[in-house]
Amino acid sequence: MKKITEMLKKVFSKKYRQRTVSYLIVVLAYLIIETAIKTGSISNTIKSLLVPTCSYIVAALALNLLIGYLGDLCLGQAGFMAVGAFFGAVASVFFSRFISGDVPVLILAIIVGGIAAGLCGALIGIPVLKLQGDYLAIVTLAFCQIIKTLLLNLYVGIDSKGLHFSFITDNTNMDPDGILVIKGAIGANVTKKLSSFTAGILLILFALFIIHNLINSKHGRAIQACRDNKIAASSVGISVSRYKLLVFVISAVLTGMAGTLYGLGFSSFKASKFDFNLSILILVYVVLGGLGNMTGTIISTTLLLVIPEALRAFNDYRMIIYSIVLIAVMLISNNAMIMYYLKQFKDHLKKMFPKRRTE
Amino acid sequence: MSEYVLETKNLGIDFGGLTAVNNFNIRVEKGDIYGLIGPNGAGKTTVFNMLTKVYEPSRGTILVNGTDIGKMSTIEVNRIGIARTFQNIRLFSDLSVEDNVKIGLHNSGSYSLADSLFRTGKFHSEEKRLHERALELLGIFRLEGFAEHKAGSLPYGAQRRLEIARALATKPCLLLLDEPAAGMNPVETQELMDTIKQIRDRFDISILLIEHDMKLVMGVCEKITVLNFGQVLMNGTPEEVQNDPEVIKAYLGD
Ligand SMILES: Nc1ncnc2c1ncn2[C@@H]1O[C@H](COP(=O)(O)OP(=O)(O)OP(=O)(O)O)[C@@H](O)[C@H]1O
Ligand SMILES: [Mg+2]
Repeated sequence: MKKITEMLKKVFSKKYRQRTVSYLIVVLAYLIIETAIKTGSISNTIKSLLVPTCSYIVAALALNLLIGYLGDLCLGQAGFMAVGAFFGAVASVFFSRFISGDVPVLILAIIVGGIAAGLCGALIGIPVLKLQGDYLAIVTLAFCQIIKTLLLNLYVGIDSKGLHFSFITDNTNMDPDGILVIKGAIGANVTKKLSSFTAGILLILFALFIIHNLINSKHGRAIQACRDNKIAASSVGISVSRYKLLVFVISAVLTGMAGTLYGLGFSSFKASKFDFNLSILILVYVVLGGLGNMTGTIISTTLLLVIPEALRAFNDYRMIIYSIVLIAVMLISNNAMIMYYLKQFKDHLKKMFPKRRTE
Repeated sequence: MSEYVLETKNLGIDFGGLTAVNNFNIRVEKGDIYGLIGPNGAGKTTVFNMLTKVYEPSRGTILVNGTDIGKMSTIEVNRIGIARTFQNIRLFSDLSVEDNVKIGLHNSGSYSLADSLFRTGKFHSEEKRLHERALELLGIFRLEGFAEHKAGSLPYGAQRRLEIARALATKPCLLLLDEPAAGMNPVETQELMDTIKQIRDRFDISILLIEHDMKLVMGVCEKITVLNFGQVLMNGTPEEVQNDPEVIKAYLGD
């Protein structure tokens, strides 16, 4: 009993609170939504939003790691998601030829999607991260456009001989038993929707696990040192460019995994889905949720995906209301006076319910 | 091994057409507390920036314990044993005081990325050691009570001391202090003088410091180099420097 209270005290201590709360929120949300699904009190539109929401959350968490802790801006999240989605799609069709279970195929596909996106991250990160300034934002933006264009012209088929690729026109020349997984502008076609809400929640927990364990370590401290003061960081022997690359690649891997989850949540999807707007959308989730605040990212992403759906009743006005909500939140969270009053209110509450001192 | 911890030969740097430092020669021996003084704009900070490779020297050589550091980067220079503080304090101001020192301890923490992702036993034991070591260093600078505070929220004098603690955490053999007493009151300055001597003895290091506070310089430094307009005006003991007519002229003008 004493051990349990001690453990509770530890996980809710100042140092670990953010981490504990973020895990708890995800698990709670899962339990509530699962019950709602079981009792049939959730509409089909919301149900179809579950997997994409999980996937956006993972991509937003990955971006928040990059912006919040490394202090670098990336405008190519959609590109990494696209890489994850398309590689994941091919991998899922490929592996399902040998493996019967859905779960192992999904896991393998997510791993492949993550690795592919991570390699892309390394490829653009190595030259760019050595430069000072906002080059990363520009290059990742370009990367996103290039990937989209490449994928719009890519044909990939799988038959008993293996993988067949062709570009611009379909010259895959497959055996009769072959499946054309990626069909240029028509997009990717997977035989089976493998992603589930449970898989999405697990991926979110995985991302949180990686991010929290990375940040709360000597590596995490080094990363924040690079963000706060590059010269001071290198003066104590920390290799700024190495840590930048590390975080950028980890972020790309997680985003790629999010992309695979997203893609395998549909029976078919197009490359045009992963455009610049998606990157900006994910950036908005991160900024609204608060830089470096993972719980905030999860909440803001969920709300911003649910609000437009909830506003469907207002149809014509819904995007206007959505924009007003966005602007209002931005203004409120950046307004010193409003934040001051909020803090006063919080302090007042604290006085009314004084906490017993721990220790 | 060379008898000098630090030796420079005809070190110089130009910024565009301006020669900021030229023919800079200095020899710091093991255990020295060495002063680098000179009027504003003489080039003192620029010398530190060359020694730590924040600036790439235009000419000359730098030897650290006999090793030429000509091709090294700032990071490698730190790993070979030079640590520094900055005239315009460069702390990680959003992070806690303890984390600032732990960042200085970065390279002495010996667990890998995988250890931190999977929270292995090594991670926990190493983190515990780093925590203890950080508190020990903070104790030397009377900062242990502020361990959880944000570095940026500390008073000026405490920030300067924290920067020294962070530099010391990298286990240097030569510590470069750029105006460590700037912004401190006389009591703090006196305490700092004692601390500087104390860390030299305790960690067995050499210290090269830039300072405008003559009481501090004359009180702790055993040797002094005077810089004026990027040139060495003289080397000597505090006595010699204080009584040198050239130095007095440089400081007071004609
Ligand atoms: N990055 C730079 N670009 C151009 N000029 C520079 C640069 N850094 C320093 N200088 C010039 O070099 C000269 C020496 O500057 P430095 O900061 O080393 O002086 P200092 O002796 O530290 O002075 P202070 O006592 O005011 O700190 C000055 O004329 C300064 O303008
Ligand atoms: Mg200076």
